[in-house]
Amino acid sequence: MADLLESWNGEAVAAGDVPVLSLERFQGIVCDVLTAGGRVASLFGLASQGGRTLVVAALADDPDSRIGLLSTVVEGRWPSLAAECPAIQAFERELAEQYGVVPEGHPWLKPVRFEHPHAEVPDAFGRTAPWPTIPGDYPFFRVEGEEIHEVAVGPVHAGIIEPGHFRFQCHGEQVLHLEIALGYQHRGAERLLEGGPGGRGLAVAETIAGDTSIGHALAYCSALEALAGLEAPPRASYLRGIALELERLANHVGDLGMLAGDVGFQPTASACGALRAEFLNSTAEICGNRLGRGLLVPGGVRFDIAPDEATRLAEKLARAWELTQQSVRLFFRSPSVRNRTDGTGVVSRALCNELGLVGPAARACGVGRDVRHDHPFGLYRFAHVPVATADSGDVFARAWVRYVECERSARFVVNHLRNLPEGPTRAQLPPLPPDRLTVSMVEGWRGEIVYVAVTGADGRLARCKVTDPSFHNWMGLAQALRGQQISDFPLCNKSFNLSYAGHDL
Amino acid sequence: MIEILKARLKLGKQTVAYPGGPARFPERFRGRPVLDPARCEAGCVACADACPTGAVREAGLASMTLDMGRCLFCAECIDACPSGAVSFTRDYRLAMRTREELLVNALEGDEAKLARALDAKMRSLFGRSLKLRQVSAGGCNGCEAELNASGNIQFDLSRFGIQFVASPRHADGIVVTGPVTENMLLALQKTYEATPAPKIVVAVGACAISGGPFAGSPVVNDGVDGTLPGVPVDLWIPGCPPHPITILDGLLRLLGRVQGDELRLAGTGIVSAAEPLPVLPPGESNPAKIT
Repeated sequence: MADLLESWNGEAVAAGDVPVLSLERFQGIVCDVLTAGGRVASLFGLASQGGRTLVVAALADDPDSRIGLLSTVVEGRWPSLAAECPAIQAFERELAEQYGVVPEGHPWLKPVRFEHPHAEVPDAFGRTAPWPTIPGDYPFFRVEGEEIHEVAVGPVHAGIIEPGHFRFQCHGEQVLHLEIALGYQHRGAERLLEGGPGGRGLAVAETIAGDTSIGHALAYCSALEALAGLEAPPRASYLRGIALELERLANHVGDLGMLAGDVGFQPTASACGALRAEFLNSTAEICGNRLGRGLLVPGGVRFDIAPDEATRLAEKLARAWELTQQSVRLFFRSPSVRNRTDGTGVVSRALCNELGLVGPAARACGVGRDVRHDHPFGLYRFAHVPVATADSGDVFARAWVRYVECERSARFVVNHLRNLPEGPTRAQLPPLPPDRLTVSMVEGWRGEIVYVAVTGADGRLARCKVTDPSFHNWMGLAQALRGQQISDFPLCNKSFNLSYAGHDL
Repeated sequence: MIEILKARLKLGKQTVAYPGGPARFPERFRGRPVLDPARCEAGCVACADACPTGAVREAGLASMTLDMGRCLFCAECIDACPSGAVSFTRDYRLAMRTREELLVNALEGDEAKLARALDAKMRSLFGRSLKLRQVSAGGCNGCEAELNASGNIQFDLSRFGIQFVASPRHADGIVVTGPVTENMLLALQKTYEATPAPKIVVAVGACAISGGPFAGSPVVNDGVDGTLPGVPVDLWIPGCPPHPITILDGLLRLLGRVQGDELRLAGTGIVSAAEPLPVLPPGESNPAKIT
């Protein structure tokens, strides 16, 4: 039996075909793949019995659009790979929290989201009921010294933002280290997806990261369709692609406005705040909800759009993008803006690859990583969106990549609205076959969303592992702050704009 | 500078006409639900079975009820219903003063219930200046995004003296989103305690009202009710997430700044005819009959 089961985005395999390797072999392969430029798309506990946990890894080979699947059985503890391959650090911590598998020698072994174990295992952090609250019982990294001071922010922040705790170690204005403690948003989403499809599964997927309802719902629906061996009709694929790009447009335009607000450049801030609504409202024209909730269903989409309405929507969007472009150009041309954004919060390309960042945050470091291009799904198998990159890795680059992506998304949406194929918009999802596994990847506006769905003997979802792009990227933000002024934190934070709920699940 | 002014002029006025003029909503917007159990086929409970959050109760009976506090306005029930007994109007005025008023049933007729204003003393305190502290307690960033939007130049809450402030010490009340996770409970309680009295509590979104899609999860509290011992919720704003105008309307009614039951609605100009929501049966397409 081969060491790796080769698969691709949206393919279902027999769960039993995933090779179960010795721990040594498993870790050797993961380490080799990561060192050779591969990525961990997912690494998670699939099941646990009597202290033995079945760990599955999905390794992404971006240039060849392949996914390698492998697994191993771990008894309680395993040697950590995080020091050698930092991209795996959060996955090892998650596995420790969910299945009690202790990664020995992990350089940063802290709870990832204060989640209760999924199986009857001793807690890897030695916690017992009543469970401690966060961040009270969190071993923060501390810098000692006479002139060092510590700044604690959160969980309740100044704006209307989700909760998280930020702990800065500062020397004067300079940040020596930022530590981010999350978990406040943990709602037990993964457990609620088990037993699906049906019931509340889709609603949970839509609200795992509520600003990415389309992205998460698409990954969830695609996973179910792959398991069932069903393909959504072409017209549905088009509408899904249009909705995904509208979501990207709305969020990127909103972010550009917020970045302008954070550097005190009001013209772009207020214009983008309003223009963002053009894209949200376009989604609402299609499905009635500004965030696209209710649009996607397993098997297709719930709503169709009449030909003349599609044309009118395309015209409206083209106009909205033109106005947006004007406002955003002001931002990039303003010297006072560039003074704040250029060279602020730099993440080098090497660090980006080491941490395994995804989405615009990675593309801003010159890493051309985009699921739409690398592991195309749905409409993107036929219609290509050029990958947008920048190379300075700073706040400017993260803003610029968003701007370029918006331009391409706008063109994509307008084009496809004008050229919708005829045909049905929905197919009936048949019952899922038992013991199948699929990896479903979608490029949401923040980056790579991964759902690994596995059916049990009864054809229901036995496990649905969700990885939001924020799971990879929070460490990127923490590193970007090193050596920065603490007053630039809001700007850096917004330039990443990560999801707390998506991370905490 | 010239470029900035030119761009500004081209953008024109962005603030919505509401409440002075009509509120603009897409034709497919799902607002206040209307039930017509007379249409139900005997024994049919398809809507209740399809509902992801158990918002439909006593389906098929004359006493059939839809709980807007649980409803995600997702259209699963309309899809499932073979006889059109469940429909959603475009009435965006969904906020209520009590949890019970969020229950919609056919026995009470089609009239919309509307949120009542605070008493005279509270109105005199907050009527022209209401500062709120938002607490996301497991919110997915959907309600948070719409609360943020309600403050932008389009919906412009600050026209009415309503603002979200950075500290509970500066606030007259808190706005809670999310199902109140176990991990956020203490922070929510502390934020409430830090807010000086008299203060109000507003629950925004299905999660904060009932737990929404996360109701029953062992690590959440199924909404804000009961998490602040002895503290009643003053305003419930349902939706997943509620539209910014629904939020605005709820707050303005609470302050007595909008009264009466006149409903002024306009389309958004993209989709023309105001016909019922199109629902296509699985595997069938009918692009001609969409609007």
